[in-house]
Amino acid sequence: MPTTQAPLQLLTPEGRLIEDDSTAEALAVVAELSDDDLQRMHREMVVARRFDLEAINLQRQGQLALWVPSLGQEGAQIGSAFATRGQDHVFPSYREAVVAYHHGLDPMRLIEYWRGMTLGGWDPREVGNFHLYTLVIGAQTLHAAGFAMGQLFDGLTGTGDPGTDAATIVYFGDGSTSEGDTNEAMIWAASFQAPLVMFLQNNHWAISVPVTTQSRTPLFHRPEGFGIPAVQIDGNDALASYAATRLALDAARAGRGPRFIEALTYRMGAHTSSDDPTKYRTDDDTAPWAARDPLTRFEAFLRARGAGEEFFADVEREALDVAAGIRRGTFELGEPPQSRMFDHVYSEPHPLIATQKQWLADYEASFGGAA
Amino acid sequence: MTLIDPTAPAAAPAGVQTLPMAKAINAGLRRALADDPRVLLMGEDIGTLGGVFRVTEGLKNEFGKQRVIDTPLGEAGIVGTAIGLAMAGFRPVCEIQFDGFIFPAYNQITSQLAKLTNRHMGTQSFPVVIRVPYGGHVGAIEHHSESPEALFAHTAGLRLVSPATPHDAYWMIQEAIRSDDPVLFFEPKSRYWPKGEVDLSGNPTPLHASRVVRTGTEVTVVGHGAMVSTLLEAANLAEEEGTSLEVVDLRSLSPIDYGPIVESVQKTGRLVVASEAPGFVSISSEIAATVTERAFYSLQAPVLRVTGFDIPFPPARLETSHLPDADRVLEAVDRALAY
Repeated sequence: MPTTQAPLQLLTPEGRLIEDDSTAEALAVVAELSDDDLQRMHREMVVARRFDLEAINLQRQGQLALWVPSLGQEGAQIGSAFATRGQDHVFPSYREAVVAYHHGLDPMRLIEYWRGMTLGGWDPREVGNFHLYTLVIGAQTLHAAGFAMGQLFDGLTGTGDPGTDAATIVYFGDGSTSEGDTNEAMIWAASFQAPLVMFLQNNHWAISVPVTTQSRTPLFHRPEGFGIPAVQIDGNDALASYAATRLALDAARAGRGPRFIEALTYRMGAHTSSDDPTKYRTDDDTAPWAARDPLTRFEAFLRARGAGEEFFADVEREALDVAAGIRRGTFELGEPPQSRMFDHVYSEPHPLIATQKQWLADYEASFGGAA
Repeated sequence: MTLIDPTAPAAAPAGVQTLPMAKAINAGLRRALADDPRVLLMGEDIGTLGGVFRVTEGLKNEFGKQRVIDTPLGEAGIVGTAIGLAMAGFRPVCEIQFDGFIFPAYNQITSQLAKLTNRHMGTQSFPVVIRVPYGGHVGAIEHHSESPEALFAHTAGLRLVSPATPHDAYWMIQEAIRSDDPVLFFEPKSRYWPKGEVDLSGNPTPLHASRVVRTGTEVTVVGHGAMVSTLLEAANLAEEEGTSLEVVDLRSLSPIDYGPIVESVQKTGRLVVASEAPGFVSISSEIAATVTERAFYSLQAPVLRVTGFDIPFPPARLETSHLPDADRVLEAVDRALAY
């Protein structure tokens, strides 16, 4: 029974590897990661944390309408992101800046989004199949379930070739588990045995409402009722996140149906730049989680494996460069073209939209030489 | 008798057949499934049972359970997963079992499906069709007789159509499936059973065109779906009394093709818009406003609306008092002529 299991943890908060019977299967897949892979995981977490801070500063300076910090959740995100393969598809909610960065999305696309320049607009196929953000809580879980059904119908999964078999991973939070869509996604994924990995970042807060209001039972117990195998992991342990996601994706790709991961993590920052967490939680609430920081732990782990000062200094330099680039890029953005409002409402021509677009252009032009 | 030889599903059928609308849509879906392997049907009870109205009867046997999919019972799940399937390159056709059951999917339709092309800035299209049996005159219980078109027409990113005849139903469902945009396909369930001629060899009318289906000179009457047969009945009755009505079948509710409507009003000078839906903030109101803007100097009377009352759909034994019939249309025609 899952109630008796402790969350999967591979790294202690001090960065020591836990090697016993309970971690053997997970450590076997972690063993496939090279030192280079491990260092890249750290590098991406550090860079993402730095540009997260930069984005908050930009928002405070009036450059962004909003920012959604991922502070504290980097371990859950980077481990799961590293576990995907090129043929997999990734459906985020809206707090997955670290996952986005790993898959090659230029952080400027997120800056444009939160500044109010676009509604998303990147092509998932060009950024490691990282799909668009979805703000209506839980809606993306059904899109991901449908996409995974498509992978199944197209014979892209379960062929026995892990190099080409594909799966879908979807991200959502603890608040999302109360939405009907998220529950229907579990029903559809289970009914069709779709290759879907549902990755829950339980960061303990849905804005101001604690997870205990969402559920009286550990959230990873729920999928069992839907017929979906589930595990609970230490979400601030990037290695545990990687291993659990790898095993879940491998099962899904092999045609064994959906999997569910509950990553226990903590939203160290505000819900968004508009939120004030002092209204609903204290330093006593956050302090234990500060001691379990995913980056500190991973740095200690890498140092024990022999990574030197030069590596960490280089990572810090890159983080500052990326942040400076974002700051510079934000100031250069200008305004979006008016045509953006109209051009993609429909894929095919639409007379009402065409008329209104033309009307606005004529109206604007009517002020043209009058000044 | 099979409509199409199953041993040669790709061959386009030709000739004229007399079919009820339910079977015409069935034939249209069959042809769409045969023409394009990416087309999928999905919904509650549509496979083994063939749908509660039997519109999809026989299609699961013919095309298999992965193309004609009996889904779990959840409208948000049906539409939400159809969105994901469209992202994966399929062209899903969802069935919502009854008009009043579409609302669990309202978020997925209006906040997701309708907005996703725009959100993607056109890098991805969303060719999803949602079939909705709608409207009254079937003596049904609550939630089984509603006309919720306006709630969707108000949402940018969706297209809405509604056939009035078996011929249009056969062709319009295929055109809706070929559209790269989301299309809500409203099927007037009271017209599922009356038969009509379907010309399988061709159709000259584009999906979003409205059409004059009876010419006349004194008053233009406009409607869609089941209302078109009521308008034609009214036109026959009016003719007996010496009044000439021109009947326009709207066919498309979003976008609305105003060309034939305005042209007709310029000729008759009078317009009555009829629908089963409540009139407040309705398709009928939209047409009244737009025709007033575009044909003001041609109008010899205010545009009048004949609609359902602004009430929840009543218990079935009261529905004939709620839904406009030919007499209520003619009462408005008389008022228009009395100006």
